[in-house]
Amino acid sequence: MSDPLRGERREAPASSNHDELSKLKAEGYNMLVDMTAVDYLPQGKKPRFDVIYRLMKLDAATGSDMGRIELHCAVDELPVLKSVKDLYPNADWLEREVWDMFGVKFTDRPGIKRLLMYEEFSGHALRKDYPIAKRQPLIGPKSGDKAGSPSFNILHPTITGE
Amino acid sequence: MSEITQKTYMLNMGPQHPAMHGVVRLILELRGETIVDAEAEIGYLHRAFEKHAENETWNNVVPWTDRLNYVSPLINNVGYAMAVEKLAGIEVPERGQYIRVIACEISRITDHLTCIGASSMELGAFTVFLYMIKAREYLYQLVDHLTGARITTAFTRVGGVKGDLPPDFAEKFHAIAKEVRTAVAESGALLTRNRIFMDRMEGTGVISKEDAIAYGITGPFLRSTGVPYDVRRAHPYGIYGKLDFEIPVGTTGDNYDRYLCRMAEIEQSLRLVEQCLEQIPAGKHSLEPKEIKYAYEIQDAGKHGDTALLAKYAAKVDQTLAGMSKDDQPNTRVLDRKITLPAKETTYGNIEGLMNHFELVMWSWGVRIPPSETYFAVEGGNGELGFDIVSDGGDGPYRVRCRPPCLFPMAALKKLLVGGQIADIIPTFGSVNMIAGELDR
Repeated sequence: MSDPLRGERREAPASSNHDELSKLKAEGYNMLVDMTAVDYLPQGKKPRFDVIYRLMKLDAATGSDMGRIELHCAVDELPVLKSVKDLYPNADWLEREVWDMFGVKFTDRPGIKRLLMYEEFSGHALRKDYPIAKRQPLIGPKSGDKAGSPSFNILHPTITGE
Repeated sequence: MSEITQKTYMLNMGPQHPAMHGVVRLILELRGETIVDAEAEIGYLHRAFEKHAENETWNNVVPWTDRLNYVSPLINNVGYAMAVEKLAGIEVPERGQYIRVIACEISRITDHLTCIGASSMELGAFTVFLYMIKAREYLYQLVDHLTGARITTAFTRVGGVKGDLPPDFAEKFHAIAKEVRTAVAESGALLTRNRIFMDRMEGTGVISKEDAIAYGITGPFLRSTGVPYDVRRAHPYGIYGKLDFEIPVGTTGDNYDRYLCRMAEIEQSLRLVEQCLEQIPAGKHSLEPKEIKYAYEIQDAGKHGDTALLAKYAAKVDQTLAGMSKDDQPNTRVLDRKITLPAKETTYGNIEGLMNHFELVMWSWGVRIPPSETYFAVEGGNGELGFDIVSDGGDGPYRVRCRPPCLFPMAALKKLLVGGQIADIIPTFGSVNMIAGELDR
C-alpha cells in the first residue's frame, strides 16, 4: 500500500519534466504541493541533485485529497529542467528557491532571481559542499573567515573542517 | 478630449514598515492609488533552518522548529517529530498523542488570535487587539505551564513528548477557555457587523477556488474560498480520526471570509481540546492517590510478612532519591531506550537514566534511522505544514525540507493585490498571516 501523503514515487528524466508534469496535470493533479531538491554529492550519486515535485489531486467540492504523486528528476548543475510555472503558477517561487539553495538552473529562466538570499550572495547554501560556518562579505568579515565562536568549532569539527 | 498620458510610479513598502507585520518588502507600481503591479521580496529573516537541521541530531532539530512559525510553535514541534517517527516506524502511545493534539490546538488558537488581533489593529480596531492579546496571554501561560516556555517550547521528542500533563492542567484549561470565548465573543461583537470593518474587508483580496488551488494555498486561506480541505480531515493523523470537529468554510474567498473562518476555527479548536481532555487515557497524574508511608515502614511490614496491603501505599523516600520514585512516563513516550530520551526526572535521578541520556546526545552516538525518505504533513495555523525528510542512516537528518504554508499565499500576493487600492494591502496582507520565521526559515 502506498503512503497516502506521498502517493506513488515516479522517476522521470530531467529533460522531460515539463511533458511529464503536463500529463499529470491533465490527469487531474491540480495542485503542486511542494517542489524541492536534495543534494547527494557525498553519496557520489550522478547526477548529484534529486529534484522532487509533489502533486495532489484536490477535489474542490469535498476538500478531500484524491491522490498524491511524487516525481523525482535527477539533474546536474547544467540547465536541463524546464520551468513549469506555466502549469503551476506557484512553481515560480519554488523554482527560485531551488535555484537559490542548490544552484539548479532551468532552461527557459536564464535570469532567474534568488528567493531567500540576497543578490550579492555567492554560492548555494544547501549544497553539501557549502560549509555551514562560511561567511559572506556583506554580513561577515571581508575576508570571509569562519564564525569566530570557538565552542562551535570544537563541537562541530566535521562541519568546520578544523 | 485629448488623451492624457498617465505615468505610473513606484512605491517601496518595507522591509520595516508599521503595517507590514514581519520583515518583508513590497515593491508596488501605482497609478494614483491603484496598484498596477506588485512584487514581494522575502528572505529578510532567513536563518538557514534547513542547513542547521542537516547538521544536528534528530532530537536537536526540535528547538529549531520552534522558530519556524513562532506564533504556533507546538504545531511545528509535533509536525517534525511525527515526520521523524514516520521515517523510523514508531507509534507513540495514545496518551502522548492526545497530549500532542491538545498542544497543537492550543497553538492554533494563539495563531488565529494573533492574526485577527494584529490585522484588526492595523484597521484601527485597537480594542480588539487588546482583547485578543489578553486571551492569547492566558493561553501562553497555559503553554508555559505545560512545556516550561511560552514560545520556545521544544515540547516533543522523537518518540513522545517532554512530559506528562501537569496535574491541574484540565482545570486551568477550562478556566482559560472561558476567557478565550469571552474575548472572541466581544471581539466578534465589535467587528463582525461593523460598517468600517466590513467596508475594508468585504470584496478585497479576493481569490477564486481555482486560483487558490493552482497556487498551492491551503489552510484557512483555501477554506475561505469554499474548499473544505484540512489535513486533519483529509489525512487524519494522530487521534484526529476519533474527534468530532467541523471545518468552517467561506464562500467568496475575500478578507472578510478569512476573518470569519479563523473566528470559527478558534471555537472548533477549543472544542477539540475539551474532547481530548475528556477522552484522554489515564497517565501518571491520573493514578489513584495512594496513602503515603515512610519506606522503612513498608520495608518493616514486608519483613513481617504483611505484604497484602503494601500495594495500597506509596513510599516516602529520602529527598536525594526523589528521582527513584518517578516512573518513566510509559503512557506518553515510546519505551525504546535507543530512541527516546529519558524523562528529565530519570536523567537527573538515577545513573541509568543519566547514561541513557548521555549516550543519546553524544556526538555521533544518537538515534539512528535506516536510510529512507518520507513526507509528512500536519495542519498548521496557516495550512499544510509539511516536512520532507531524508535519512542516510546517520544520527541526524540528511535533509529536512519544511513546506511553509504561508509561502504559497505570499507567492500569490501579486494576484491578490493588483487592481486594488493601496489601502487594501493592509487587510489582505493581514489575512495572509505571513509569519516571517516560517516563510524565510
